[in-house]
This record gives sequence, structure tokens and C-alpha cells, in this order.
Amino acid sequence: MGFDSNEKALSYWRENLRLVLGLLAVWFAVSYGCGIVFADALNGIHFMGFKLGFWFAQQGSIYVFVALIFIYAYKANALDKKYNVHED
Amino acid sequence: MSVQALTFLIVGLSFALYIGIAIWSRAGSTKDFYVAGGGVPPVMNGMATAADWMSAASFISMAGIISFVGYDGSVYLMGWTGGYVLLALCMAPYLRKFGKFTVPDFIGERYYSQTARVVAVVCAIFICFTYIAGQMRGVGVVFSRFLEVEVDTGVYIGMAVVFFYAVLGGMKGITYTQVAQYCVLIFAFMVPAIFISVMMTGHVIPQIGFGSTVVDAAGNDTGVYLLEKLDGLQTQLGFNEYTEGSKSTIDVFAITAALMVGTAGLPHVIVRFFTVPRVKDARTSAGWALVFIAVLYTTVPAVSVFSRVNMIETINGPDGKGVAHETAPDWIKNWERTGLIKWNDKNGDGLMYYGKGKIDDTSTNEMKIDNDIIVLATPEIADLPAWVIALVAAGGLAAALSTSAGLLLVISTSVSHDLLKKNFLPDISDKKELMYARTAAAVGIVIAGYFGINPPGFVAAVVAFAFGLAASSLFPAIVMGIFSKRMNKEGAIAGMVLGLGFTASYIIYFKFINPAANVPDNWLFGISPEGIGMVGMIINFVVAVVVSKMTADVPEEVQQMVDSIRFPKGAGEASGH
Repeated sequence: MGFDSNEKALSYWRENLRLVLGLLAVWFAVSYGCGIVFADALNGIHFMGFKLGFWFAQQGSIYVFVALIFIYAYKANALDKKYNVHED
Repeated sequence: MSVQALTFLIVGLSFALYIGIAIWSRAGSTKDFYVAGGGVPPVMNGMATAADWMSAASFISMAGIISFVGYDGSVYLMGWTGGYVLLALCMAPYLRKFGKFTVPDFIGERYYSQTARVVAVVCAIFICFTYIAGQMRGVGVVFSRFLEVEVDTGVYIGMAVVFFYAVLGGMKGITYTQVAQYCVLIFAFMVPAIFISVMMTGHVIPQIGFGSTVVDAAGNDTGVYLLEKLDGLQTQLGFNEYTEGSKSTIDVFAITAALMVGTAGLPHVIVRFFTVPRVKDARTSAGWALVFIAVLYTTVPAVSVFSRVNMIETINGPDGKGVAHETAPDWIKNWERTGLIKWNDKNGDGLMYYGKGKIDDTSTNEMKIDNDIIVLATPEIADLPAWVIALVAAGGLAAALSTSAGLLLVISTSVSHDLLKKNFLPDISDKKELMYARTAAAVGIVIAGYFGINPPGFVAAVVAFAFGLAASSLFPAIVMGIFSKRMNKEGAIAGMVLGLGFTASYIIYFKFINPAANVPDNWLFGISPEGIGMVGMIINFVVAVVVSKMTADVPEEVQQMVDSIRFPKGAGEASGH
């Protein structure tokens, strides 16, 4: 067991789940939300020459995906350190 | 030097490079062969993953498809990138900590069941063969157009090259070759995209260019936004607006979901995250993979718009009435020879005209233009120098070869490791296992080559299959295996079988048994066969949870195993034992 106690293991996993679910909410919002369900509404707004819904579907969501993974990697690594379960 | 000689030179040089790398990095053990010794740095692994992922379809076909369907094409852009978020957040680090070689390894041990392992092996092999047939075909098409050899000869050459470095080098050889192939393919894709963006909008970055205003031949800004111009042209010709699309919202939603979840469940992608040294590296490696993929995937929609406008204007002329076929540019004639462009002068006026409808019906449309030529013809359409055309040929080949190699490796691993070592011949030595792996890869190449030369008419239809299968079987089983300690073997197997069974029946019914009924009115909730994997995935999750509640608990040691993969400390190198 890598944790000092079961409570620690439990709270590590809870924090990890909170991190993952938070990021997945953003993942869902930019792609399925802005890019698909609300695309028509957002298309009324113009952004750098694009209709905004179209831009999210073909450009914006992809940029956000990249950012999400790096944010996750950074935060998950920090979480490992906090609970002292990182690799040597 | 002629275009053809230049193409031979550049393609030949790139092949020599791949083979050189393969010799330098050949595999000595099963661990080298399966997971490149588990020592690939994350940025390099990301690059190799990107090359592995971006197939002949991504490089050659995707921009063309999006060019013809506009907004609807977003399903591919979001679907084939968004899956990496799921991979990075929900799978890669845990599977790396688990530390074995393959996806069936994980499923078999987590669900303490050989049945579950075999279901996973069958899914993996089926998915890979579906995919690889298309790759070999792509190799053949590139060879036939640019090097003017027979499609069959092209396939043989492609087989020989892949054979050499996949069989010799295993995962190690493949990974380092893929790094080189990524560089070739991305350079080949970006150069024409940048040229054409500068030509049409004056912007060096295509991602910004396709939202900008059009410049005329003299380089003066016309003040008209490119996308508005295209929407206008589309409406004039009787199509939907490019930025609106024609699929229903629910179908776009379902297809995007099925592709995303399917991506995260594809064995040849997942296995890449077994090759990095640490859990930490699995996380960043997924990020790098997506960065390298995003470079191409954000450029693709720009190329689609540029070529769509270009194509309509070249064929219909500035007045929109049509251009005389005699004065048509060379690229139209070149591609007519391959049969990928057809002209049917319905009204006999000698003018080409592109519009809505089919080439052989009563509509005013007189042109048939294949999706696949959009990227390959871009340099010719934009009148770019010959070396750019040669480069695109080398890029298309790099995309097809890198993906084939990755898929072959999964096939050979599934046979030698999951079937033989873990089922039938548990006592074989490392050397023997390696020999079986190489033999399986060799047999895989021959079968793939056969499908490349004799393409089954249903290749396009079975792609929906590969993603539907991965989405409705492997993905839920893996995610529940990590995130639920209560999920037992009964639940997981019932979920996989029913999810898979439902998805497969739906696709087989609409694609093979009764294709005439494949219209939105007959679809369940208005979801097409391409998107039904999303429903299959939901069925899998629900069934698995219900069945697991009614059956025996998960054994203590498996629960401990799940606990131990949830944090990184103590991750050793990937091992088979």
C-alpha cells in the first residue's frame, strides 16, 4: 500500500475524481454544448470571421481538448506529490 | 526534373530512412517487440502515437469529406480528437500502472476470466483488420496516381516495406519509424496548406486564413469573408450552407460520441501508453499526442474550405455558368485518367458544370469528384512547384504505412501473447513467443495486402463497425474496471456481449441486410448506424451495473489490484509476467 492510511487513500481518490469530472464537464461543454447543441444559437455571433458555433465545432473544441490534458497532467502530478504517491 | 522523377526520389529517400531506422532499432526480446522496452520518452511517444493514429483516411480522405459536407464533417474533427481527453483522464495512467502488454491482458486479469480475455482479443483483431484493409488500399492509390504503377504493384511495395520494419523491429522499430513518418506527413500536409492559404487570404496560418477575407489575384483585399463567400456559392448551387450542414443535431451528437468513445477504446492507440517509462509520462504523452494530431486536424477544415471554393470556381468559372472542358486545367485531366473525376456533358454545350445532384440523373450537375483527390490534388490546383506534389505523395504513404504497422503489431501481439502464451501454450519461452509474434505479423501483412488488392466493397461501411465495436465493448469494460471495484466478471461480460450484440445487429441490418431502409425515418431515435455505438455503450454500462448487483462479489485480490492501479507509486516497467 502506497498510502499512510485508508483515509488518505480515500481522499486521494476523491480529489482525483473531482479533478477528472471537472475537466470532463468542460470537455462536454465545448464539444457537445458549444459545437453541437448550441451551435445554431452561437452561429449568430461572429468571431474572427467565423460563425462561433461552427468555429467551436471545427477549431475551438480541439484547442480546448489539448489544454485539458495538460491541465490534468499538471494537477494530477501535483496531487500525487501531495499524498506522496508519486514515482521516484 | 519531372514530377514523376522527383516523386520517385522523395518517396525512395523516405523509404530508405524508415528502413534505416528499423535496422538501427530492431527488437531483441518480446518486451522490445511488444512495448519498445517500455522506455520511450513521452514527447516521442506522443509523436509516434499521432502518426499511428493519423491514417491514410485522415491524411487523404478527411479534408475531402469535410469539403463536401461542411459543418457535418465536424463529427470527425471533434470525434477523433476528443477521444484523447477520455484516454488521458480515464485510462492511460491507470493502464500504465497496471503494467502489462495488451488490452486483453487488462480485461482478462481485471475480470479474472479467460472468456473476457478472449472476447477482448476477438474485438481487437477484428477492429485492426477492418482498419488495415483501408490503409493498404491508400498505399495503392498513391502509388498509382503519382508513380504510375499499377495499384497492385503499389500494394506489394507497401507490404514489403511494412513487413521489413514491423516484423524486424516490433514496437521498438515501429515507434522510431513513426516519429520519422510523423515529420514527413505533417510537413507534407502543411506546406500546400500554407501556400494555398497565402494565395487565397494572405494569411500564413491556415487556421486563421479560412476565417479571413479573400484577396484577389493582384493581392488586394476584397473585403468578402471566405466562409460567407462559400455559403453564398453553396446556396446558389442548391446545397445547404457550408457552415450549417444537413444532419440532425441528435445524429451529429451520437456520431461524435461514438467516434470519441471508440477512439478511446481502440487497442492500437491504448497500447501506446504501455511504452512510456512512468505513469506521469503516460499523462503528458497523451497531451503531446493530441498536440501533434491537432496540428493536422485544425488545418484540415481550412484546406476543406480553400479547396471547395477553388474547385467550384475552377469548374463553374467566375460567371458561375461553367468552363469549357477543352480549356480545363491539367489537374482535371490528370485525375480524369484515374477515374476519380468524371465529366458527363449532359446538355452537350462542352462546358463543365458542378451543382447539386448525381452525374447520371436529370439534375444540372455534370461532374463527379471523388473525396480522395481533394488533398492529393491541392498542390496541382494551387499550381505549386513539383516538389510539393512529390512531398504530398510521400506524406500520404507515411500516413498509411505508420498506421498499418501499428495495427499489425496489435494483431501479432493478440495472437502470440494473448491467445498462445496466455491460453494455449503457457510454457513457451520468450524466444519462441517472439518468433510467433513475428510470424503472426507476417501473416497479418499478407492478409492485409490481399484486402488491399481485392478491396471488399464494404470497407467504408465497416469503419463504422470498428468504432461502434470499440465504443460498445472495450471502452466501458476498461473504464468500469478502473473506476468501479464492484464490477465483476458476470457484469462485464454481459455488458460487453449485449452492447456489442446490439451495435453489431443495428449496423449489419442497415448496412448489409436492408440498406434500402437506411434512412432517418427508420433509425432508432434518429441515430444513424455510424452513431449507434453511443447507444451500445450506454446499454453496456447499464447491463453491466444491473448484472453485477445480482451476482457474486469481486474477489479480494482483484479489488486490491484495482486499488493499486489508482496511484502511480511503485509502477515498474511494463512486464508480461
